[in-house]
Amino acid sequence: MKRRDFLRTAGAAAVVSIAPLPVFANAGRYGNLLILVELKGGNDGLNTVVPYADDQYYALRPRIAIARDQVLQLNGAAGLHPSLAPLMPLWQARELAVVQGVGYPSANLSHFRSIEIWDTASKSNEYLQDGWLARAFSQAPAPRSFAADAIVVGGAEMGPAAGGGARTIALTDTERFLQQAKFAVPAAQAQNAALNHILRVEHDIVQAARGLNAQHAFRTVFPQTGFGNAVRTASQVVASRAGVAAIRLSFNGFDTHSGQQGTHARLLTNLADGLAALKSALLELNRWDSTLVMTYAEFGRRPRENMSGGTDHGTASAHFVLGGQVKGGLYGLPPELARLDGNGNLPFGVDFRDMYATVLEHWWGVGSSTILGGKFALLDMLKQKVV
Amino acid sequence: MRYWLIATLMLAAGLPAAANVATAATTTAATIGYEGARHLLARTSFAAPVSEVENFSRLTREQASNKLLSWSQTAGALSSPAPSWVNEPVIVPRRLREMSTEERQATQRMFNQRGMEMRAWWMQQMLTTPSPLTEKMVLFWHNHFVSSTQKVRQPQYMYRQHMLLRRHALGNFGEMLHEIARDPAMVVYLDSASNRKGRPNENFARELMELFTLGEGYYTESDVKETARAFTGWSIDPERGEFLFRAAVHDDGTKTVLGKAGNLDGAAVLDILLAHPRTAEFIVAKLWREFISPNPDPVEVRRIGAIFHGSRYDIRAALNAMLTSDAFYDARNRASLIKSPVDLVVGTLRQFQFTTGDVQPFVVTVAQLGQNLFAPPNVKGWPGGELWINSTTLLARKQFLDRIFRADEARPAMMLVAADTSKGGAAAEARQRFMRGMAEISFDSERWLRQSGRTDAGAVARLVLATSPHNTLPGDAAGLELIRRMTQDPAYQLK
Repeated sequence: MKRRDFLRTAGAAAVVSIAPLPVFANAGRYGNLLILVELKGGNDGLNTVVPYADDQYYALRPRIAIARDQVLQLNGAAGLHPSLAPLMPLWQARELAVVQGVGYPSANLSHFRSIEIWDTASKSNEYLQDGWLARAFSQAPAPRSFAADAIVVGGAEMGPAAGGGARTIALTDTERFLQQAKFAVPAAQAQNAALNHILRVEHDIVQAARGLNAQHAFRTVFPQTGFGNAVRTASQVVASRAGVAAIRLSFNGFDTHSGQQGTHARLLTNLADGLAALKSALLELNRWDSTLVMTYAEFGRRPRENMSGGTDHGTASAHFVLGGQVKGGLYGLPPELARLDGNGNLPFGVDFRDMYATVLEHWWGVGSSTILGGKFALLDMLKQKVV
Repeated sequence: MRYWLIATLMLAAGLPAAANVATAATTTAATIGYEGARHLLARTSFAAPVSEVENFSRLTREQASNKLLSWSQTAGALSSPAPSWVNEPVIVPRRLREMSTEERQATQRMFNQRGMEMRAWWMQQMLTTPSPLTEKMVLFWHNHFVSSTQKVRQPQYMYRQHMLLRRHALGNFGEMLHEIARDPAMVVYLDSASNRKGRPNENFARELMELFTLGEGYYTESDVKETARAFTGWSIDPERGEFLFRAAVHDDGTKTVLGKAGNLDGAAVLDILLAHPRTAEFIVAKLWREFISPNPDPVEVRRIGAIFHGSRYDIRAALNAMLTSDAFYDARNRASLIKSPVDLVVGTLRQFQFTTGDVQPFVVTVAQLGQNLFAPPNVKGWPGGELWINSTTLLARKQFLDRIFRADEARPAMMLVAADTSKGGAAAEARQRFMRGMAEISFDSERWLRQSGRTDAGAVARLVLATSPHNTLPGDAAGLELIRRMTQDPAYQLK
C-alpha cells in the first residue's frame, strides 16, 4: 500500500517536472501507439461509406439507403453517413483514411468464428490460438517498463492481444481497475508451470496498476455514452506515465438485423463523437502524431436489406484509419454491387491482413510475414514510415 | 458392474508387458492415503469435503476408482427436475422467418430466458449431485461434441443433446458418436442439413475427423471430401425437430475413406473411424489433459488407448485405467492443472458446504470467467488450461472468492442493490437477481472448521490447496480469515 502511494507521488512529480512524457524517449518503435476500435456485431459498411452514385445501392436498399443529398461527399462516388459529420474536420485535414472493401477469402458469416479469424489473423479454415498483436509482441517485445503490452477496454475478451505471453490487461475504467487490482499480490516465481502462469498474470496486473493512473484532468469533454466512456478510459491510459503499445476499444451493437436506420445513425454519431474526442484528448497529451487509430469488425453487412428494415451478416466492409501521421484519402476497393457472390455478398479488395501488415511494417517497423503467416500487401497510408 | 471391472483390470494387466502386471500387483495393496484421496477427488469430483477425502483415503487405487465409477448415475436419477418446456415442439425455421420484428425479438428473449433456465438447472445438478464425476464427464463431452446456443438457438435441441451426452457420459463412446451424428443440435451446429449430393458441406465431416475422432495428421483432405459425401442427406425434419435421412439428396456413389472403399453411408464411416486405434488414443489423450496433466505421456496413451479400443470404447474402462495409473498419482502431476471456472465455483461451494439459494449468480460467474455453459466459443470448445487465466478472469476469480467468503458482511449492501428497481430492462433485472442470489449464500466457517477438525493453517492448506501455499500466511490468521487467505493464494487456482 505504502509503496503504491509512493510510486504514485513520484509519478506525479515526474510528469510535472519533466516535459512532456519522458518515458517515450526510450519507448522505441512502441513510442508509436496503436488504438484499435472494434465495431462489434459487424458494422454496415455500405451505409457508413455510402456509394451514393450507384443506382444499384438504392435498388438493393429501398427502405434504408442514405439519400444522395444526405451523404457527406468524399468524392464523386463515396460519401459518409450524415451522422459521421464530426469526422469531416479530420477528413478535411487529411488525417482520415477510408479503406473500402476490407475482408478475406472464403468469408465466414458467424460472429464468433469470423472475429476469431480477424483477431488471430488466420485463414478462414485455420484455427490459431494467439492474437496477432500477441504474436507481434512476442516477436518484437515492448519495453518492460511499459504498464502493459496492450490494454483492452470494455469486454473481457483479449481479442487480438490474447495469449502468446502478451502482457494484456482488460479494464473498463482505470479507477475501478486500480481498486480491483488490490487482489493481485506480487510474488516470486515458482517451479510449477501452471502456477507460474498465474503468477505472471498477477505480476502483470500489479505492474499495470503501478503504471496507470486515473487522475489526469482533461480539458476535452468526453461524450456521455458507452463508447465515450471507453474513449475516456483509453485517454486516461495514454496519460499515464508508463506506456502501452496498443489499446483495443470495443463498441458493441452493430448487429443491425432489424430497424437499422435509427440504431445505426445513433451508433455512428457515438462513434464519430468518440473519435473526435479521442483526437482532442490525444492532442492535449501531445500524442496525436504518435497514435494510429484503426477500426475493425468481424464482417460487413449484406448489400440487400432484409424484410425487417435491417441487414444480415455480410462480408467486406469499409474501415477508418486516423491519426496525425495518416495520409488522408480513400483507399481500397469501392463496393462492386454488380459482382455479389452466391449469398449476395460483396467481394473484398483489401485483405484485413494487409491492414495489419501495414501497421506492423510501417507503424512499428516489425517484420510481418512470420506474424501474419505470409506476405501481405502494404497500404501507402502513413506520412512517415518507421523502418 | 463388478464382473465388468474385473474383466477390465485383467485386460489392463494382460496387455503389453509384464511390467504392468508387476505395477498393478504392488499398488493394489496400498491405500491412496489422505493426499492421494484429496488429489483424486479434486480431479474427478470438483473438490470434496473432508469427510469424503477421509473415506477415500482408506481405499486402494482400484477400490477408489471403482467407487467413483460405480457412483455414476444416468438421467433417471437427476437431483433437480428439468425445465418445464423441454418436451415442447420446437419453433420451425419457416415460422421464425415469417415473424414480425416484435415477434422475433420476443422469441429471442424466450430463447435467452430458456437458455438461462437450462444453465441454472445444470448448475443446480452440479452443486447437489452425489456423483460429481458424472457432471465432470458430461461437461467433458459437451466440450468435445461442441454445440452452442449461439448457433443452434432452439433450447430444446440443446437440452436433448445434453441428455444424450449425459446418457453416454460414462457409457460407450462409439454409441455416443453414432447418436451425436444424428443429433438435431449437432446437425444444425455443423451445417449437416445443407450437405447434399453434388453440393457437399464439409463442416461436419472435417470436425468429425479433426476434433471428434482421429485428430489432425491422421487423415487427408480427400478423406474429408469423401466423408462429406457419405453424410449427404443427414438432415432434420424441421416440423418434428427430429433427425431425418433425405435419401433424395444422398450420394450413392462409391467413396473411399481411410483406404476403405464402397457405397459408404455416414454410419459406415463412423465405424471406420472407430476401428482406427488412433481414435481411442486421441480420446485418451484428451482425457489425460482433463484428469492427469497438460502433457500426455505417449507410451501411457498408447497403453490406455489399447484398453479403450479393446473394450470397444467403454469409457469406464479408459477412466479406470487412468485413475489407477502411476501417472495419475505421480507427484510431478499434482497441482499441474488450472481449475476451470466450473471447478472453481462448484468446487468451492461444495468443498466448503455453502448454503445457496438461486444459482443464477454461479451461472453468471462461470460465464464471466469464460465458461458459459451451453455456449463454448467455437467448435473446438474451451481451450482451457492456462488460457483460463488472464488479468480479467484472475481478478474476477479472486473477487468472486472474496465476495462469497464475505457473504455475511456484504449481505446488507447486496440486498440494497437487489431491491433497487429504479433501472428497468433485462440487464438491470439480471443484476438484481445476481445480488439477491449472492445475498442468499451463507458459509458457516466455525462449523466447517470444527467438522473438518481443522484449525491450524497447515491442515487447512492440506485439504484446500493442491500444493503448498505460495504466499506466506500471517501467523495469526485463523478461522474465516485463514480460509479467505488460503482461497486468495495463487495455489488455490490449481487442482
